[in-house]
Amino acid sequence: MSDATQDGPVLAADGTPLKRSLARALRMQKLRALALIAPLLLFVLLTFIAPIADMLFRSVENQIVSATMPATVRELSDWDGTTGNPPGEEVFKALYFDLFLAAEAKEHTKLGTRLNYEKTGVSSLFRSSGRKLDDLGKDYQKAFKKIDKQLDEGEFWYTMMTGSGPASDALVTARKARFGDMTDESTKADIGFAPSQAITDLLPLTALAYTDFAVFTAIADGDTVAEEDPWEAVYVALAEDLATADVAAYTGPGADVLQAAQAGLDTIPVTSYTAFFEDIDKDWLDPEVWETVKMYSPKYTNGYFLNAVDLQKSPDGIEPRPENQQIYMKLFKRTMFMSLVITGSCILLGYPVAWILANLPMRTANLLMILVLLPFWTSLLVRTSAWKVMLQQQGVINDVLVWLGLVADDARLVMINNQFGTIVAMTHILLPFMILPLYSVMQTIPPTYLRAAKSLGATNWTAFWRVYFPQSVPGIGAGSILVFILSIGYYITPEIVGGTTGTFISNRIAYHISSSLNWGLAAALGTILLGVVLLLYYVYDKIVGIDNVKLG
Amino acid sequence: MAILTPIQKQPLSFTLPVVAAAGAFAGIFVGAAQGSTLLGILIGAAIVAALGYVALQVLGDDQERMARWAYVALFAVAGFFFGGLPGVVVGAIFGWFFGWFTYWIGLGRYRAKLVPYLTPGQVLWHYAFRVICGAIFVFLITPIIVVMPLSFNAEDFFTFTPEMLRFDPEGYSLKHYRDFFTNDDWQQALWNSVRIAPAATILSVGFGTLAAIGLSQPHVPFRRAIMAILISPMIVPLIISAAGMYFFYSRIGLQGTYMGVVLAHAVLGIPFVIITVTATLVGFDRSLTRAAANMGADPVTTFFRVQMPLIMPGVISGALFAFITSFDEVVVVLFVGSAGQKTLPWQMFTGLREQISPTILAVATILVFISIALLTTVELLRRRSERLRGLSPG
Repeated sequence: MSDATQDGPVLAADGTPLKRSLARALRMQKLRALALIAPLLLFVLLTFIAPIADMLFRSVENQIVSATMPATVRELSDWDGTTGNPPGEEVFKALYFDLFLAAEAKEHTKLGTRLNYEKTGVSSLFRSSGRKLDDLGKDYQKAFKKIDKQLDEGEFWYTMMTGSGPASDALVTARKARFGDMTDESTKADIGFAPSQAITDLLPLTALAYTDFAVFTAIADGDTVAEEDPWEAVYVALAEDLATADVAAYTGPGADVLQAAQAGLDTIPVTSYTAFFEDIDKDWLDPEVWETVKMYSPKYTNGYFLNAVDLQKSPDGIEPRPENQQIYMKLFKRTMFMSLVITGSCILLGYPVAWILANLPMRTANLLMILVLLPFWTSLLVRTSAWKVMLQQQGVINDVLVWLGLVADDARLVMINNQFGTIVAMTHILLPFMILPLYSVMQTIPPTYLRAAKSLGATNWTAFWRVYFPQSVPGIGAGSILVFILSIGYYITPEIVGGTTGTFISNRIAYHISSSLNWGLAAALGTILLGVVLLLYYVYDKIVGIDNVKLG
Repeated sequence: MAILTPIQKQPLSFTLPVVAAAGAFAGIFVGAAQGSTLLGILIGAAIVAALGYVALQVLGDDQERMARWAYVALFAVAGFFFGGLPGVVVGAIFGWFFGWFTYWIGLGRYRAKLVPYLTPGQVLWHYAFRVICGAIFVFLITPIIVVMPLSFNAEDFFTFTPEMLRFDPEGYSLKHYRDFFTNDDWQQALWNSVRIAPAATILSVGFGTLAAIGLSQPHVPFRRAIMAILISPMIVPLIISAAGMYFFYSRIGLQGTYMGVVLAHAVLGIPFVIITVTATLVGFDRSLTRAAANMGADPVTTFFRVQMPLIMPGVISGALFAFITSFDEVVVVLFVGSAGQKTLPWQMFTGLREQISPTILAVATILVFISIALLTTVELLRRRSERLRGLSPG
């Protein structure tokens, strides 16, 4: 302390200014604390927060349309759906080549399923079309084979398309990327093929179709491109290209065959793409189908969210769904209503129990506490199965009532597979979550307050209502929010005892994940539910504080 | 406080109507079972009132013990005529109750533990309130009690068979337990649960304890936000966690693997570990670690020799919570797991939804006993922790 009289800043033992030394110590402490927390935080972020974020992302993600049919979507952007006419030939041409690749990769059914969520019937349209796409190219292929046998051989095609001179790597890279977008497969592998720049310029569509074939053969099938016969779509592309190409000036391998093919082009049975698709299914000319495709072609959509609140997109903007399809708002309302009823009955049943636990002598209260904690610790499925056993028509409660004569044997009460069953079972399951916070609040209220109120002339009721109850409100708040949060997300109990009228929104989410496979809608419903829960979580944090959660 | 309420014999004009009302109430059930509710009420009231008169007036106070045995015997015999062997049990219980109730009311014992200035209305409310609370406790515990005898059912029913009600040994059997211990599905499920829960517990306790120690340091930046993130697995509805994990884990190839389920369960158990361990650390006396450091112990030694033994009860209760979370969890494993990770609750869930088999009740009974064991352990640990912390000053 002899330094105290010195001028300048106060120094620590090692000669640094005390202020800086303290700041360093504080920083060290903070870092140490963070270092202890970091592993867990990282763990939770990776295994829990990332999945939640992924779900949020899925609720707006809509890559599938543009990834499966990129060219079609591009062509379709010029089409105006309000005219009531189907789109033009260019769109159908793009559709043919997009769909051909998708059908080979078996991705067209996924797209069909996706669009079917928005317009019923699209799924079967895509499925049946995928099977018939080969038909168009088969006629072309036969005709080309008649002109020159070599055109039917895979090896010749490989030589012709590889050509001579510089290769067009850009095309291969682009088609690889397009295939990767569609299938989520890794496209890093070398496909052992690249069309020459010359042939790409001469026969652009053919080069495109053949490269698609090559990418698929090498990556998805793992075969050698040169050994495989090209797809039917390649012949269609060839006919398309030869109609306008200047083959005479081309000198690369197979130039003679191409010239012969162009000369015999009039033997090829050319059909328009529009007519071909109309022949497969008239629905392809339905503007509404195309309207749906166009509406869901952007990479992100609010369609799932609209669906989750019973709205839909239409050419005229957002409008409510038809009455018979409005189920989600009803489900949300039912979930809210039933959670409120459950919370209410938990307060009603929990309050007296918490009161008596807080006011009995310690020994008795501890004994009775076991009756509250035992259900709390018992497996959820045990309690749910117990309620199933008790409530069913041949169950214990009905048997007792019949034995007592209160209910006739042929008029047993229906207490399960409806709202009543869900409410009773869930009230029982969540009751400890109400009693425990209430009890811990009531324990802190001195019993002398009540006696003081009474000695001042208050009646029992006034003393309770004006003195005791206001002090127990924080406990009611904490318990209610806890019970409400837990109940709106419940899945197992409503699934088992809820039947059809007692199910919650979570049952619908589970249904969309595992049965209907509409993951986007499941994610959107989940996001809305999560929003409600987080809001309540925030309120809970403000009222009770996360740190004050107590267990047991 | 000493209560000086004088206890005195109540006049018959009070006692008899009260016991008659109780008798009438019981008469409702007997009457309804026999066909006429009204007759039941009247006869019930008349019998109990008459018995009350005999017991209190004719026999007198000093014959109480004998009179109460007489009640039990009379009602047991009456029960036998109405309902056979189960009737005897029910009748004896009723008899014991009415015997006790008649003397309790008649001799004014109900006043003994209450303050003298209460009005009759307040006394009535006092006991009515207790009856209501008792009913709620019954509501809480009955479902758990009911499954136990049913699990010994000899038939494949979910309810009491007439044989069981007659206490006929034929009606009981251990076959559902035998099924549980020999059926491959159930054994596989048990084995999976036993493999998953401890691994998840170790992960959540390891990470959780470290983080709880970090969080209880005096200066933690973003403490509230971090706490909110770490507690969130407990708050976010399970179906949403399950959905998110299902989507995300299938992206990274963890869906349907043992590892995936263990990670998912570990993260669900973390909030419980954090809460219990931080609760223990709140009362932790920091001067103990400083004292250890002062005597030359390095931080690692201090942690293992001083801090760890003191927070151990909290860590173990956290571990038990994490264990039971994983052991009971069904929603997440349903989505994240595949058939190879079918756990006990999952098997119960499918059992309840599809093939209803009373083996579920046998499993439920076993699980209830496991919960009782865990509950006892946690309670003992809590007491020990309080005692340990009570020793440290401050």
